[in-house]
Amino acid sequence: MLNVGKIEEGFVLDHIKAGKSLSIYHHLQLDKLDCTVAIIKNARSSKKGRKDILKVECDIDTLNLDILGFIDHTITVNVIKDGRIVEKRQLSLPKEIKNVIQCKNPRCITSIEQGLPHIFVLTDPEKEVYRCKYCEEKCRQRW
Amino acid sequence: MRHLMSPLDFTVQELERLFDLAGDMEQHMDRYAHICEGKKLATCFYEPSTRTRLSFEAAMLNLGGQVLGFSDADSSSASKGESVSDTIRVISCYADICAMRHPKEGAPMVAASRSKIPVINAGDGGHQHPTQTLTDLLTIRSLKGRLSDLTIGLCGDLKFGRTVHSLIHALSRYDNIRFLFISPEELRIPSYMTEMLREKGIDYEEVIRLEDCIGSLDLLYMTRVQRERFFNEEDYVRLKDFYILDKEKLSLASPDMLILHPLPRVNEISVEVDEDPRAVYFRQAQYGVYVRMALICTLLGLNPEQETIVSYQGGNAC
Repeated sequence: MLNVGKIEEGFVLDHIKAGKSLSIYHHLQLDKLDCTVAIIKNARSSKKGRKDILKVECDIDTLNLDILGFIDHTITVNVIKDGRIVEKRQLSLPKEIKNVIQCKNPRCITSIEQGLPHIFVLTDPEKEVYRCKYCEEKCRQRW
Repeated sequence: MRHLMSPLDFTVQELERLFDLAGDMEQHMDRYAHICEGKKLATCFYEPSTRTRLSFEAAMLNLGGQVLGFSDADSSSASKGESVSDTIRVISCYADICAMRHPKEGAPMVAASRSKIPVINAGDGGHQHPTQTLTDLLTIRSLKGRLSDLTIGLCGDLKFGRTVHSLIHALSRYDNIRFLFISPEELRIPSYMTEMLREKGIDYEEVIRLEDCIGSLDLLYMTRVQRERFFNEEDYVRLKDFYILDKEKLSLASPDMLILHPLPRVNEISVEVDEDPRAVYFRQAQYGVYVRMALICTLLGLNPEQETIVSYQGGNAC
């Protein structure tokens, strides 16, 4: 058993689908922060069998919860202060995401217009479908 | 200020007012001959479309207004690398209203977000073509007398055909509509359209052979397989003559079925069909002018006869 120590202040992303922690690490741009980050892969989970965990020692406000909600809204976000969990944040699917993913439709105006943000809109919350705001192309792969 | 990006931008009630106005314009053209005097329409066409552009220009000229613009990207600043956002900011200084066609989907929406004048989407790639839809609706309403209780067959390129997508969206708001999607496997209607219909509980069926269903149709909407929508020439050549409506197939149809086509027609409707009273595609082109006249007046807030649905008072924005 590998032991990773507790963090004093920051957040723990728990119940990440096994193998996806590195993808989330990059999407949240944690590589650009200079704080301590622990990436735990394939930890045992009573709920999921295997799971990934991310422990990040920095202010929770640096985390873009919309991006995280878009990637996987079932992830548990634990806010840590003084070494204890003080809050569990619920994630939801954001209504709109900006510049997280790019429209893959070669006919979309985003493929040529400079400076145009790539915006995807949640069009079907039940099926978790996002579509490009401009061309309505379906987002094929969330992450 | 209001734009037209999709046929769904107007409510059914607003469309009724628009069609009433278009109908009045058809009956009393002289009454509207000066209503747009002093107003300018900019036709910004980044890809060639003589028919739609001339229809817009004829509409504005019929209203006493003037037109300016360009008819392909090579004769605009786009060839120098100018963005759509910058172009519309400049056009806003020159004209009172803009009709934009662009090969990239969503380009008119980008223009509308930056514009100081109303922008009309005159076709964006394979996405939307709302004024063609308004034309289709006005034609059906005028010649069938209703927009509900219809079985509609859409035939040809249902994958890339933006007129088809827009028309389906628009008709899906009326009661008791049934669609028959007639296409080869490669040009089937996109899944997001059928998803939308299923969610709304609208009946539809996908078929390959036109002969199998033509007898049950109130309307047959034929479309051209468009070369410019294919990345691969071989696919285009293989599919372009998949459907040809001729007298023999038409003999299986109901005597009051209407044949519509957004035009231009290539081989998909044999010329021998043109003289059949059910072939209304050239009258459809005329309705296109009336509905664009009504649209221009409505977006400019120049409708003295009826309640206006916009507050824009015209005048160049710069």
